[in-house]
Amino acid sequence: MNSFTYTRAEAVEAAVREKSASGKVKFIAGGTNLLDLMKENVERPTRLIDINRLPLTKIEAAPDGGLRLGALATNADTAWNAEVEKRYPLLSQAILAGASPQLRNMATNGGNLFQRTRCYYFYDLATPCNKREPGSGCSAIGGYNRILGILGTSESCIATHPSDMCVALAALAATVRVTGKNGERVVKFEDFHRLPGDTPQFDNTLQPDEIVTAIDLPAEDFSRHFSYLKLRDRTSYAFALISVAAALQLEGNTIKEGRLALGGVAHKPWRDTTAEALLKGQPATEETFRRVAAKVVEGAKGYGHNTFKIELAKRAIMRALKQATEGMPVADAFQNSNP
Amino acid sequence: MSNTNYIGKALSRVDGPAKVTGAAKYAAEFNVPGLVYGYVVSSPVAKGKITKIDAAEVLALPGVLQVFSHENVPMLALLDRSYKDDVAPGGSPFRPLHDAEIKFSQQPVALVVADTFELARYAASVLKIEYETVAHETDLETKRGEGFEPGTGKTGFVPPPPPRGNPDKEFENAVHRIDQEYVHGTQHHNPMEMFGTTAEYLDGGKLNVYDKTQGALNSQRYIRQIFGLSKDDARVISKYTGGGFGSGLRPQYQLFMAVLAALELKKSVRVSLTRQQMFSFGHRPHTLQTVKLGTNADGSLAALHHHALHETSRFEDYTENVVNWSGMLYQCDNVKLGYQLAKLDVYTPQDMRAPGAATGLFALEVAMDEMAYAAGLDPLEFRLRNYADRDQNLDKPFSSKKLRECYHEGAAKFGWEERNPAPRSMRQGNMLVGYGMATGVWDASQQKAGAKVSLSADGKLTVQSATNEIGTGTYTIMTQVAAEYLGLPLEAVDFQLGDTDFPAAPVQGGSWTAASVGTAVKNACEALGEKLLKLAQQMEGSPLKDAKFEDVEFVNGQLRLRLDPGQAVVVRDIVQASGETKVEADATAMPNLIKQKQYSLHAHNAVFVEVQIDEELGTLHVTRVVNAVAAGRIMNPKTARSQVLGSVVWGLSMALMEETVMDHQFGRYVNHNYAEYHIPVCADIHDIDVLFVEEEDDIVNPLGVKGIGEVGMLGVAAAITNAVYHATGKRIRELPIMIDKLL
Repeated sequence: MNSFTYTRAEAVEAAVREKSASGKVKFIAGGTNLLDLMKENVERPTRLIDINRLPLTKIEAAPDGGLRLGALATNADTAWNAEVEKRYPLLSQAILAGASPQLRNMATNGGNLFQRTRCYYFYDLATPCNKREPGSGCSAIGGYNRILGILGTSESCIATHPSDMCVALAALAATVRVTGKNGERVVKFEDFHRLPGDTPQFDNTLQPDEIVTAIDLPAEDFSRHFSYLKLRDRTSYAFALISVAAALQLEGNTIKEGRLALGGVAHKPWRDTTAEALLKGQPATEETFRRVAAKVVEGAKGYGHNTFKIELAKRAIMRALKQATEGMPVADAFQNSNP
Repeated sequence: MSNTNYIGKALSRVDGPAKVTGAAKYAAEFNVPGLVYGYVVSSPVAKGKITKIDAAEVLALPGVLQVFSHENVPMLALLDRSYKDDVAPGGSPFRPLHDAEIKFSQQPVALVVADTFELARYAASVLKIEYETVAHETDLETKRGEGFEPGTGKTGFVPPPPPRGNPDKEFENAVHRIDQEYVHGTQHHNPMEMFGTTAEYLDGGKLNVYDKTQGALNSQRYIRQIFGLSKDDARVISKYTGGGFGSGLRPQYQLFMAVLAALELKKSVRVSLTRQQMFSFGHRPHTLQTVKLGTNADGSLAALHHHALHETSRFEDYTENVVNWSGMLYQCDNVKLGYQLAKLDVYTPQDMRAPGAATGLFALEVAMDEMAYAAGLDPLEFRLRNYADRDQNLDKPFSSKKLRECYHEGAAKFGWEERNPAPRSMRQGNMLVGYGMATGVWDASQQKAGAKVSLSADGKLTVQSATNEIGTGTYTIMTQVAAEYLGLPLEAVDFQLGDTDFPAAPVQGGSWTAASVGTAVKNACEALGEKLLKLAQQMEGSPLKDAKFEDVEFVNGQLRLRLDPGQAVVVRDIVQASGETKVEADATAMPNLIKQKQYSLHAHNAVFVEVQIDEELGTLHVTRVVNAVAAGRIMNPKTARSQVLGSVVWGLSMALMEETVMDHQFGRYVNHNYAEYHIPVCADIHDIDVLFVEEEDDIVNPLGVKGIGEVGMLGVAAAITNAVYHATGKRIRELPIMIDKLL
């Protein structure tokens, strides 16, 4: 057997302490991705620390008037939480666009941040993959890359981050609270995940001794004009080819504040603040949206099978912004049949 | 007056409760005592050979019993023919663990057997195997122009008929012409239940083999031939199959592995494949097709050309009937059909639901839609103008053919007349709406099959046949047939199948089971009926003393005079009065070839679909489907409807989602799992309406049933493709139609 030790952490401090021990240590919460990866031999931890008993399941008011999502609150409890639905419906919609009810019942908010890429080659031990085995090469760049990245890619890796929830969190300018041996720190959401560069084995910037305890949503109101548009190969239970989280604050038809993040395009949830700046103070018109969409894909690079994503991303951005403006967050009658 | 008339009634599945309560056991669920577990190691390379297997470390693990590979497999059958199963194509069948040669990626190269599944899986993951690779060829595109015409190695394969008329000249002279290529990639069956075998080792070295298969006898013959076993040495049992779709027509390698390990270790062994390994054997082959159509000014077909090229393995020539349908579905006097294979370093393709027709009719029926537009005709009207009243391939009339009624009734139900023929002319809100239609045709065949019936003194009837149930409703329909012919309540009938000790029946495929096994059950019941009449006549004061068999009927648990129903004997009493514990009969049913050979025997359907497309985003939904099916007599409208609903979903899946993608860098399928090989979820399926146009046909078989497992999916992929054109003006000729093709 692939031997590993299994222990339960009863307190955050103990979890942090255990995680800094030697060996390949992994936290397990819902396990919805980790178990798959272990069965496929992609991950082979020697120590599993079950963190489900840590007191991190609450969804409560944050000191600055925002909302604090406990790292161990489930995706389902978060999506259907009354405060989340009322104040951050973009987040509810994004969560419900992902996975299946069964998975969302198990998956936790913290765990969602740590989902690993769905790149075919990452999962197949018979093929080289720099993310799985650094230095072995990237099979996807010259291979079948239809579902893979177009932004922020590198010569080592074109993997995408698979989360829906994280795309909404990026657009909502969430922050991630982490605790390590040296105490607590707060990470801006766009700094939590990273681009592959030449070290694609690292998905994020969390330090080895750290644990995510909560995700904070700021006290901003994007509850009226928002849209999470997810385009995929079937209506439910499929990862995004392109997803767009769009959120606007409007005064009349003028955009006071605009937010935009994309999923399915990069190694991290792709928030583009330069493009967001093109929304500010502008009329909520097709023309504005077109400029913004063009800006987002300015540096995009296609790899053959996935080149269509560049055009699709533009169209999806424009549609999501239009839907957000109109306060009609769903693209068509058949979309998001998931809830 | 009678409540034991069951044929044609919409009855629920008799095996439903067992399935939903978990009482139904599948091959890998038999937890026999002392069971050990095998895990298959699959090749990471596509071509080459194994240079070294170092099993020492693995064998040293406590609990690991053996590592089987070509290095230590005992001497088995030598000849290719011993490895041929009932539906093997021509060539040299793949022999698992035979030698060091690697012929395809994911080839099984070793079996690790251990006390637990987890240990076997772990041991398999650390087994050291070294390979020497050579260049592989996996791309059909590189084989254009290099196809060859296969021999007639496979049962059911009919080489295309020679050209008729003057197809080249008439095509050139035609008023309207189209000439296009149609493509679909590789598809895998992916039934829910993975292949698994539990080989139970019995005292004296005999085996009970629980196998996932569509033919228990086929599995038995296969292992008997390879391992030199007698019929008594290895009984194969397969009571339930969690989906087949053709994947279980050939024995898969886990059967070989489990039996090998059980015989060698003298232990009961289970081998189950993983979902990833479900992509390591047969599949619907990647196929390139060209169709050329020409029409006259009146819209009649002047010429039809259809050519197909598909992949096969290096070692077998898999064949299916792709193009022949084009020579018989429409009236056309100038036809040229071509069919070729190309060898690649892949496993042999395998029949997958409506093999050949699913592929060929996709191309033909999209081409027909293109031709209708080129000729300025409504696609339905164009088909009606070219309706074939005779099968021109065979030059014979149809035994029955209510396709015209399918067209009319389907169109009426769908509202086809509301269609504005111009592409991009129909909208609902922001969505483009498209209506498309297409036709399907499939063989109505009957095979030789046997059945045995046994009526006990307590009035219970046991019916046995070595057929299989792959979820189609076989248990239910055979129960109906037996209950009806012997006038017994449904609950008194116990139909048993999937056991090689039962009378022989063919593999469950080809949509022939209702016809073949149904007729055998009917014949066996009639044979029993004659015996019962004779026994009844010996009863004291029997009111049936002078009756002939034609004069009596079995109704409501009684045997009675047709013309004087009051003169009756209770069936159960006949057995009791006979002094026996049971009365038995068996029968074999054969197709009546003398009657059948004058006719073409086929089922047909017409499919109408509505799609809604968000053009900007490339999203597509099939919002409505009407499928009108003419397949003879419908034995059970409820299970039949379920079959056709599943067929529509299957066709939709083929049209919009399914493709096993080959990465030619590695000669390996990249999306070999359920996460990335998509099939529809509930949210993809909207309204489906199924109509049956019943046909009376006593030529196909005495029950008049044609089988519906396959015909229902035909036309669906083409109708969707045609609807996409109507909605968007975009003609797509390569499946699946995913977002990128619609942008």
